[in-house]
Amino acid sequence: MIEAILRYEFLQNAFFSGLIIGIIAPLLGVFIVVRRLSLIADALSHVTLAGIAGSLYVSQNFAALALLNPIYLGIIASVSGSVLIERLRRLYKHYEELAIPIIMSGGIGLSAIFISLASGFNTDLMSYLFGSVSAVSRQDLWVVLAIAAVVVIFLLLFFKELFVLSFDEEYAKASGLPAKWIHLLFMIVVALVIAASMRIVGILLVSSLMTLPVAAAMRLAKGFKQAILYAIIFGELAVIMGLVSAFYLNLAPGGTIVVTSILILLFVIVSKKVTIRNKEAAL
Amino acid sequence: MTNPIIQLQNVSFQYDGTQALNNISFQVEQGDFLALLGPNGSGKSTLLKLILGLLKPASGEIELFGESIQSFKQREWIGYVSQKSNAFNSGFPATVAEVVKSGLTKKIGLFNHYPKDVDKRVIKALEAVGMENFATRNIGQLSGGQQQRVFIARALIAEPKLLILDEPTVGIDHENVQSFYDMLVKLNEERQITMILVTHDVDIVSEHISHVACLNKTIHFHGYKNDFDHISEQKLDAWYGHKVRKIH
Ligand SMILES: Nc1ncnc2c1ncn2[C@@H]1O[C@H](COP(=O)(O)OP(=O)(O)OP(=O)(O)O)[C@@H](O)[C@H]1O
Ligand SMILES: [Mg+2]
Repeated sequence: MIEAILRYEFLQNAFFSGLIIGIIAPLLGVFIVVRRLSLIADALSHVTLAGIAGSLYVSQNFAALALLNPIYLGIIASVSGSVLIERLRRLYKHYEELAIPIIMSGGIGLSAIFISLASGFNTDLMSYLFGSVSAVSRQDLWVVLAIAAVVVIFLLLFFKELFVLSFDEEYAKASGLPAKWIHLLFMIVVALVIAASMRIVGILLVSSLMTLPVAAAMRLAKGFKQAILYAIIFGELAVIMGLVSAFYLNLAPGGTIVVTSILILLFVIVSKKVTIRNKEAAL
Repeated sequence: MTNPIIQLQNVSFQYDGTQALNNISFQVEQGDFLALLGPNGSGKSTLLKLILGLLKPASGEIELFGESIQSFKQREWIGYVSQKSNAFNSGFPATVAEVVKSGLTKKIGLFNHYPKDVDKRVIKALEAVGMENFATRNIGQLSGGQQQRVFIARALIAEPKLLILDEPTVGIDHENVQSFYDMLVKLNEERQITMILVTHDVDIVSEHISHVACLNKTIHFHGYKNDFDHISEQKLDAWYGHKVRKIH
């Protein structure tokens, strides 16, 4: 495998992108999960799909744009989706979760239109839906790297504010923190990470890489930093094992990564139950 | 000389048409220990939220530390423990130390990192509320009263000049309520922290406080605690529209 990675550029692209995503997706995922925003990640990934499908359609029909990388329109769609969701959440103050089905169905509806305009599914689109080991280009890798840099800078600047906002929103506002702006920035960064992750795990499974490692980490962690550390370890494990098995078994990496995450989660849940039972038995 | 820390002038507020507060005027001075009394729905929490800037008054003026609330920037001078502070997601992965540390966020300011001595400050704040042995525990696994103490430590770590507590003893058992108030009195006396306390424990708190305000949409009484003790129970009944028992 290592030999193959050294030899083939496409494998390098896929693996390095995967390693980076395995860090940034669970890292932001911790904030998403504790703030109960998991479904928003799902909604945004479907909006991203609309951008991708739109881009594929445009490339098919306008020769000048034939080489346009769909990731860019995907990013634009995802970020606009995140801003729209915030608008809607403010409009329906008492039914904030209404924003999710509205944006999600909007995303799927647009995707369906673009897909049928582009005369149906093709392998390209399949690779965006479920991820791909072979389709990641050098350009995609650079985009992933740039987005990772944005995530790191954002967290270096706002980590303590994000923690307060996640733990106790009213307290954050009462302390005079610019809660609204930090939240909006956060949603935009989440949208960027979703767009970055889709190349490897695929649109339909992006949100699982943000939530499953966190779900496992929360079973074990007492503190916040600890939860982040565990989530990243589980995320990386899932990505590495998922990519290797996808490569050898010729499967879509989105599927293998998510199934690995679920296995890790099950393992953590069961082993925690067992240790608790042993402790009780020892008493 | 007196320094008003809070000054309200003819403040009114309504939620979507329902009047919650009507023409409130009063002031709180440096070192006061004010108990805010009133039945459920009388607007106590609303009044605190106006002072904290979480809500904007429909009319009237609010001044904090001699400055109009719109231009007041030193929010870190005000510590706040809300009525719903126990309502956080109890599965939240945070240690007690992490929660207390987060009380410094505003004081340190955007883009800055925690100072080197932050862990010492966390322990000091926890010591003030008698929770120093719980620093590494998960916040969700503490009892309601212990959590309440942690939230007070979170407010104390920024060394506030004013502490606003909205029914902090809900969920604390009777024995511990007494020691809880002793702790507040100590903070008030030793550190000169001005206190505003919403409570229904009139009997327990009355020996410690300096001022009382009775609220029911409007302020019915505001003054020294000694004067409050002389108010007849009939008057209180009239303000609150039901029987009130005063315990000495
Ligand atoms: N978010 C809100 N929207 C609409 N009305 C509200 C809201 N919050 C409070 N109210 C109303 O405003 C009035 C005052 O409420 P407030 O919470 O200030 O009372 P309180 O004195 O703190 O009561 P309690 O002792 O129960 O805490 C009540 O009639 C309440 O129904
Ligand atoms: Mg209240």
